[in-house]
Amino acid sequence: MYSFDVERPTSVADAATALGKEDAQALGGGQTLIPTLKQRLASPSVLVSLSGIDEIKGVSSDGGKITIGGGTNHATVAAEAGAYAALADLANNIGDPAVRNRGTIGGSLANNDPSACYPAAALASGATITTNNRDIAADDYFQGMFTTALEEGEIVTSVSFPVPEAASYQKFEQPASRFSLVGVFVAKYADSVRVAVTGASEEGVFRWSEAEAALSGNFSADALEGLSVSGDGMISDLHGSGDYRAHLVKVMTKRAVAAAS
Amino acid sequence: MTEVTMVVNGKSVTKSVKGNTLMTEFLREELRLTGTHVGCDTSQCGACVVHVNGEAVKSCTMFAAEANGAEVNTIESMENPDGSLGVIQQAFQDHHGLQCGFCTPGMVMSAAALLKDNPKPSEAEIRDYLEGNICRCTGYHNIVKSIMAASGQDVSNIAAE
Ligand SMILES: Cc1cc2nc3c(=O)[nH]c(=O)nc-3n(C[C@H](O)[C@H](O)[C@H](O)COP(=O)(O)OP(=O)(O)OC[C@H]3O[C@@H](n4cnc5c(N)ncnc54)[C@H](O)[C@@H]3O)c2cc1C
Ligand code: FES
Ligand code: FES
Repeated sequence: MYSFDVERPTSVADAATALGKEDAQALGGGQTLIPTLKQRLASPSVLVSLSGIDEIKGVSSDGGKITIGGGTNHATVAAEAGAYAALADLANNIGDPAVRNRGTIGGSLANNDPSACYPAAALASGATITTNNRDIAADDYFQGMFTTALEEGEIVTSVSFPVPEAASYQKFEQPASRFSLVGVFVAKYADSVRVAVTGASEEGVFRWSEAEAALSGNFSADALEGLSVSGDGMISDLHGSGDYRAHLVKVMTKRAVAAAS
Repeated sequence: MTEVTMVVNGKSVTKSVKGNTLMTEFLREELRLTGTHVGCDTSQCGACVVHVNGEAVKSCTMFAAEANGAEVNTIESMENPDGSLGVIQQAFQDHHGLQCGFCTPGMVMSAAALLKDNPKPSEAEIRDYLEGNICRCTGYHNIVKSIMAASGQDVSNIAAE
């Protein structure tokens, strides 16, 4: 690792000030950033650890919405987001227990890894990502692999999910990393169905609009029968070809619909 | 350099650390607590698992500066006060839960974290919990068996010796 200082502010305001310095970078749970630093793929001068900021930790729910602080770790979401069972279940299947004790929802959404789990939940739920400056709709937030609407130094302070009538996240695990080879999050609301796919596209997480249309009329796995997904633009690597991933998108969507509760 | 103070295995320590000092380096090189092992240094293997404020974490993927004010427990804290092996350690010895022993500190610390929340885990729950702990030697069966035995459960029906 290159050398850098670590600061641990205790408020969002102080963190924002610290992030204003040249080459400062936020440190969430470090489960992605520390490996990146070890590979010398990042060279911040200051890491601003968010782990001492209590105001961005915790889970609360009211009026059909569940709100999770940006600094909340995956284990806490798994334990406390029972009001949105599919979301708690997703958190409980990220990595392993030690990763879940450190990694945070804010870090996952800021990173927007094309195979990460939370982006699928946020997009399928039409979540609102709140930062120290503004609210961003999930539909505007994800802008391609590792790219988001966040500005330099902007901090994800909370994420708010409207709780659906029924939902499920189905993850086909890449057997070595246990990230999703393809993961599909289906959420059924009173007036719409949303389907978000992670792990598959070179553009990162995306909504499968044909499936949403088919499921809006008939929320059953059969409704997807006639649809197909093209392998063009799908990630192709040693774990699976683009065509294989495209096939999995439909399989995992069907499983998610069947499992949605 | 930043000054950090934390309680490690019941003793308060204060040291000056660089920003990029990992918890593994801090424990092994500053405090000479070499029971915590570094297998991969890439957050995959779990040989470095320690408890920070009671929670299992991979100490190769945390900075010492982040543990300021924390309570840290390592494998060295698992022995009994008289220096004999603690319950989980003894069960690993009794049930051949280790061969080369490299993964064992992490296995024992993960097991301890599991048993704290779930005092009588099923075999499936143990296997699931150990997802982030890799062992190159044992094939896992005897590790699972050791943890079941440490939780006071009958292991006579568990496969493989
Ligand atoms: C072994 C292993 C297995 C894993 N498996 C999975 C998996 O199955 N599914 C999955 O989705 N993920 C998985 N992960 C990734 C894990 O979920 C990470 O915790 C997560 O992607 C990053 O969160 P973090 O808090 O650790 O962020 P960090 O690593 O600290 O930071 C990541 C990026 O986000 C920025 N950042 C952090 N917090 C904020 C914030 N609040 N606001 C703005 N920017 C911020 C940082 O500057 C950095 O650029 C795995 C990781 C490991 C090590
Ligand atoms: S050394 Fe930390 S996970 Fe392998
Ligand atoms: S006993 Fe050798 S790696 Fe587990």
